Amino acid sequence: MSEPMVQVHNVTKVYERGKQQVEVLHGLTLDIPKGDFVALMGPSGSGKTTLLNLIGGLDKPTSGEITVGGNRIDQLGSGALARWRAHNVGFVFQFYNLMPVLSAEANVELPLLLTKLSAAQRRKNVAVALEVVGLADRAKHKPRELSGGQEQRVAIARALVSDPQLLVCDEPTGDLDRKTADEILGLLQVLNKEHGKTIVIVTHDPKAAEFAQRTLHLEKGQLLEQAA
Amino acid sequence: MTRTGFVIANLFRKRVRTILTLLSVIMAFLLFGLLQSVNSVFSSGADFVGATRLFVQARVSFTTALPVSMVPKLEAIPGVVRVAYQQWFGGVWLPTNTPLIMFTLDPQRYHDVYPEWKMPEDQWQAFEHTRTGLIVGRQLAQQYGWKVGQKVPISSNIWPQKNGSKAWQFDLVGIFDGKDADWQKRTNLAFIQQDYFDEANQFGIKGRTNFFILKLAPGANAEAISKTVDAMFENSPDETKTQTEKDFNISFVKQIGDIGLIVRWILFAVFFTLLLVVGNTMAQSVRERIPELAVLKTLGFSDGSVLGFVLAEAFALVLLGGLVGLTLASIAGAMVEKQTGGQFLLELDRGVWLLGVAAIVLMSLAVGGLPALRARRLKIVDALAGR
Repeated sequence: MSEPMVQVHNVTKVYERGKQQVEVLHGLTLDIPKGDFVALMGPSGSGKTTLLNLIGGLDKPTSGEITVGGNRIDQLGSGALARWRAHNVGFVFQFYNLMPVLSAEANVELPLLLTKLSAAQRRKNVAVALEVVGLADRAKHKPRELSGGQEQRVAIARALVSDPQLLVCDEPTGDLDRKTADEILGLLQVLNKEHGKTIVIVTHDPKAAEFAQRTLHLEKGQLLEQAA
Repeated sequence: MTRTGFVIANLFRKRVRTILTLLSVIMAFLLFGLLQSVNSVFSSGADFVGATRLFVQARVSFTTALPVSMVPKLEAIPGVVRVAYQQWFGGVWLPTNTPLIMFTLDPQRYHDVYPEWKMPEDQWQAFEHTRTGLIVGRQLAQQYGWKVGQKVPISSNIWPQKNGSKAWQFDLVGIFDGKDADWQKRTNLAFIQQDYFDEANQFGIKGRTNFFILKLAPGANAEAISKTVDAMFENSPDETKTQTEKDFNISFVKQIGDIGLIVRWILFAVFFTLLLVVGNTMAQSVRERIPELAVLKTLGFSDGSVLGFVLAEAFALVLLGGLVGLTLASIAGAMVEKQTGGQFLLELDRGVWLLGVAAIVLMSLAVGGLPALRARRLKIVDALAGR
């Protein structure tokens, strides 16, 4: 068995909604090996996005342990967690979440402002990332000048540019038509198979899940099964 | 792309809004520059260093006349070499109904006390020997196209003639200029003979004047002479207040009221309004970008970095507007100085600029502080979920 990339052990997450406490994840345990491509599926409110946020270091568990790439990220403080995210994980969102005031290449360059790379090296890395997603010719365009599929490719390039080993994608095709969605998922597959990225996606779409190596189902905050 | 480039790009994401806000900042700092320079002139303390002339007026008010008979006593004070005197005439150039800066005076004494005015000697002689004589500065002559030898109809809003008419007529006998650029800027003045005024005014005001000008000997102690003069006339019917030329000009305008207080209240109102306008713009700008700020944090920018971005935007906005406003104030001040012939100095000195920069920093913190703190505190998962 290959080395684990993500280890989630007995994780519980409780949100406070006003005076009410809502337990979203109940003692969940999960291992994702390096180079895996996992789809998380389940009904709304099952805890998919919460789990994804915890794996990506966007939130902290109420209890339990989360280890990603050998780092106990549940123990990191806010600043350390931000630095960890900058170097170890790439994010892709359903609505792309690009900066509308920046061109495609500037959007992709944004994470590199946190590195010590020179401006020339940053430009080179950006060009490579845009080339990988097939958007080298749209580098100067602003997000509003791109189609939904192209915006998502820019978002993927932004997630890739700092060369993280883990990509977390929250409904990456939720806002796209079938054909474009398949192209994006195909691109993720290439990143997984050819570049060795570990990918975790959350999706409602069974067709999208077919692109993953395996699918995990969540319901009411618990992992139901593990399908090959 | 750089962090600075990112800040500027965000600043101009809504161009119309940013430009309108920028204009309000520019206007506020233009007012700040002009008013603060007025304030710094009025709040400066008495400075006798280097004074070559002293002004003596009635202690009660500039408008209370003093007897010309004080001249010999003033001239007897050690360090005083010559005494001139001036009376406000309140002239109005009749054809255009334009107020003039016009005084009555003794020509010879004035000539002796103010060597800075350059005029041919024969014109000084003509002024001294022509009872209806009038001399004017070069700027004034050029403004109205006056030539030596012509008659100039002038009305006085204070002094009617004995026949009841406010319309006076003078013979233009000389046009003077300044000895250097500084004095040339002040040549918007007009002078007539004190003797003619004494003789012709309806109220029978004779032998009295608004103020004396003491020309001091080189190296004389101006402060000591000032004290001597005021002590000399203490407890007399004509108590005096003696000050330098600069302080006299300032106290003349101060009669309007407490200029410093007025300026401070105006500036308070201006900056309070600016605080609301720019503060609201910044708050709105951050509110619109909550998901984007959350994405920045997602990418690995720390809470402090995100706070810094918002503060930098506020700073860039206020800095740009502030510097443009202060520069415009400098230009406007120079124009006012030129238009008033140097009578009204609105120079933005180093102190005003430093105060302006301090105001820029404080204003940036005030308008950017709360939105920046909000940006710093926002939780990624809540912001991305639109909560």
